[in-house]
Amino acid sequence: MTRENTKKTVNVLVVGTGGQGVITASEILSDVAMRSGFDAKKSEIHGMSQRGGVVTSHVRYSENVASPIIMEGEADILLSFELSETLRWLHFLRPSGRVITSLQKIIPPAVYAGMGSYPEEAQTVIKQRITDPIFVDALPMAEELGNPRLVNTILLGIASAMLDLPVDTWEAVIVERVPPKFTELNLVAFDRGRNIT
Amino acid sequence: MKNQILSGNEAVALGAFQTGVKVASAYPGTPSTEILQNFATYKDVYAEWAPNEKVALEVAIGSAMTGVRTLFTTKHVGLNVAADPLMTLAYTGIPGGLLIVCADDPGMHSSQNEQDNRFYAKFAKIPMLEPSDSQEAMEMVEEGLLLSEKYDCPTMLRMTTRVCHSKSIVQIDAGNQAAIPVAEGFKRDLKKFVMIPAFAKLRHPLVLEREAKLEDITETTAFNRIEWNDNKIGIITSGITYQYVSEIMPDASILKLGMTFPLPKKKIKEFADKVDRLFVVEELEPYIEDEIRIMGLAVEGKAFFPKLDELSPDVVADGFAEAGVLPYDLPPVQEIAPGGDMPRPPLLCAGCPHRGLLYSLNKMKAIVHGDIGCSTLSVLPPLQSIDSTLCMGASISMAHGTVKAMAGLEDKRPVFAALGDSTFFHSGITSLMDVIYNKGNVNVVIMDNRITAMTGGQQNPGTGHTLQMEETYAVDIIEIVRALGCRRAREIDPFDMEGTMAALKEEIAHDGPSVLVTKRPCVQLFRQDPLAVRTVDTDACIGCKRCLKLGCPSISQGDIIPDEANKKERRYSNIDAATCYGCALCEQVCTSNAIVYVAQ
Ligand SMILES: Cc1ncc(C[n+]2csc(CCOP(=O)(O)OP(=O)(O)O)c2C)c(N)n1
Ligand code: SF4
Ligand code: SF4
Repeated sequence: MTRENTKKTVNVLVVGTGGQGVITASEILSDVAMRSGFDAKKSEIHGMSQRGGVVTSHVRYSENVASPIIMEGEADILLSFELSETLRWLHFLRPSGRVITSLQKIIPPAVYAGMGSYPEEAQTVIKQRITDPIFVDALPMAEELGNPRLVNTILLGIASAMLDLPVDTWEAVIVERVPPKFTELNLVAFDRGRNIT
Repeated sequence: MKNQILSGNEAVALGAFQTGVKVASAYPGTPSTEILQNFATYKDVYAEWAPNEKVALEVAIGSAMTGVRTLFTTKHVGLNVAADPLMTLAYTGIPGGLLIVCADDPGMHSSQNEQDNRFYAKFAKIPMLEPSDSQEAMEMVEEGLLLSEKYDCPTMLRMTTRVCHSKSIVQIDAGNQAAIPVAEGFKRDLKKFVMIPAFAKLRHPLVLEREAKLEDITETTAFNRIEWNDNKIGIITSGITYQYVSEIMPDASILKLGMTFPLPKKKIKEFADKVDRLFVVEELEPYIEDEIRIMGLAVEGKAFFPKLDELSPDVVADGFAEAGVLPYDLPPVQEIAPGGDMPRPPLLCAGCPHRGLLYSLNKMKAIVHGDIGCSTLSVLPPLQSIDSTLCMGASISMAHGTVKAMAGLEDKRPVFAALGDSTFFHSGITSLMDVIYNKGNVNVVIMDNRITAMTGGQQNPGTGHTLQMEETYAVDIIEIVRALGCRRAREIDPFDMEGTMAALKEEIAHDGPSVLVTKRPCVQLFRQDPLAVRTVDTDACIGCKRCLKLGCPSISQGDIIPDEANKKERRYSNIDAATCYGCALCEQVCTSNAIVYVAQ
């Protein structure tokens, strides 16, 4: 017998590297979940995030959430800002879990110092392990829309299509969190993401 | 009633504001820093960054002596620095509520050790509360202040990284403000506040009496509660691990401890008597488990749950599986995907003012005692510039010890100490005093990036701004150094590699102590417009990788350089124009003139 998800908790693991916007994305998601009437928890380690290290943020919501961290093998969605980081956290997904990953590659200088190599086969490995992963070239898409920072909103848009949270609430939270002059652009980016699948 | 999703740190700040805390003092330290940053945004409160934790706690004590509700926050190792005032404060007590918020870092997400500070509460015999989420963190601020006022001692609110930095929903009841006691002002009380031996002898028995009273409180407080369920398994737990246990063992009975000093022995006994098998799940040391064992009860804990690292739902599940009581099968362990283990360590930023110095130091063939701060990141390849990092301020004193011990040895390597501005103010000053007083010969470099960067950018005595960004006197490092008696002291520019190397060589040649101050603001926190961005001229680049040795995140390897003969494969260096700050260090280390300035 395996552990039952009796409370139907939704687990979203948001990952990337320092400075990419992982924390902001998870803030928005947990806020949307709370305003949709759920108990929501969010946990991340952000001590080193400013300096390009690995960043992860766990978001969980249901009627009643105890642990703020997701167990390995129990994430429903892995939302990733960087391709190799998707590989790093793939084992957190349930067998039925979904991957949404930006195709952006950020090669750490440690690689040039001979401390490892960038996993060029990442897409193939993900396809072997996961059904229907969503690969999205989010950075060029964001740049085309007018601002590289829109990656965040595009990725959230894709995730929103898989999560049962009201679209009005998503939009309300996004509008509240971005500077007024970027409101329109972010709503367009969100919509673009939402309609990708 | 309003719901808000808050981090543990935000909840503590809010709780402190709502319960009338008027004065707060701290020194930054992950994961505690945001408490004061948030508290300082509230109206009509006083909050300050002190130069170190000992000073901060003493400020707090002076405030609470007047009857004012007061807050002191620190990371775990900061309480070592403040341990001296703490231990005697436990004797004197204070009329105003004094809350000591101590944030431990199991797993060392951003710390040099993972000491378990629960022992400090036991050591000082002061009440300790441990929240499991943000709601409780907020409620315990009030409870802590009340205990402090009632029992005339500080209360310790012990948090951990996962409680400080996790967000959960807090119900904010703005209408329901509890009464805030009116401060009576400072009242002379020599036998209470002057701890000469004769008076301290009178206070020590009161500490024991207080402990006895607190032992009654801990039996009845609502924060220590039993959640009865199946009584085959009983689990005693506290803090964040309570959440993991409820998640993993939904059918077990739980004794959830919110007040963990003193421990509720009667309640523990009552609980233990009614369950078939008793477990303690706690992070780090067997603090609760040992106490239960001393009570003569059968208990299991560290046999299944490690003392190392932070716990997680996975680790807790593994422990119960090993104990043979997990009510379901663990899912098969999924291997990390191939390629998923590429290292991605944190790095000095592109344009970081520390880089030029650390690169130059590396070329000196010196012994370099490093310190805590962003520069510690230079321990990793390619820089690998420092030989030690222990605790704040230790670089100078350790260097002094090393120099004294090396007298007469064959090894004639020069000895350097390298530390940041905030660290110098924290505890480097007394170390430098020792060097000068005892005729040491240490070459000190103070990396003055005009901010406390490692912890996210806090003001310090040298920046000219207070926590609230009010202008204030900016302490002049060179003036302090000279006043300590170190006559050789000057500023250098770490973006000028040649000048920096020359200065280091000059100080090595000079017989006697010296201080160099590299003065350049942190680029991450001052977000200046980039200077002239650099680019690689592919006609000149020979792929020698010299520039890559700087470890700048903007420099990568690009296309393969077309081969003329059967040479080894080489690649052009490549500079990312979007992130390059234009410090020009790469241009200076390139011997082929291949890195050039991009005219805007
Ligand atoms: C006793 C103690 N207090 C606080 C900390 C947290 N801490 C680590 S580095 C640092 C700041 C270092 O600032 P600075 O010396 O200016 O160097 P920078 O990071 O700016 O380069 C702090 C506060 C600690 N490690 N130990
Ligand atoms: S935050 Fe500032 S001091 Fe720290 S690595 Fe970045 S530029 Fe350097
Ligand atoms: S000038 Fe060179 S070393 Fe400096 S930030 Fe740009 S790429 Fe990095």
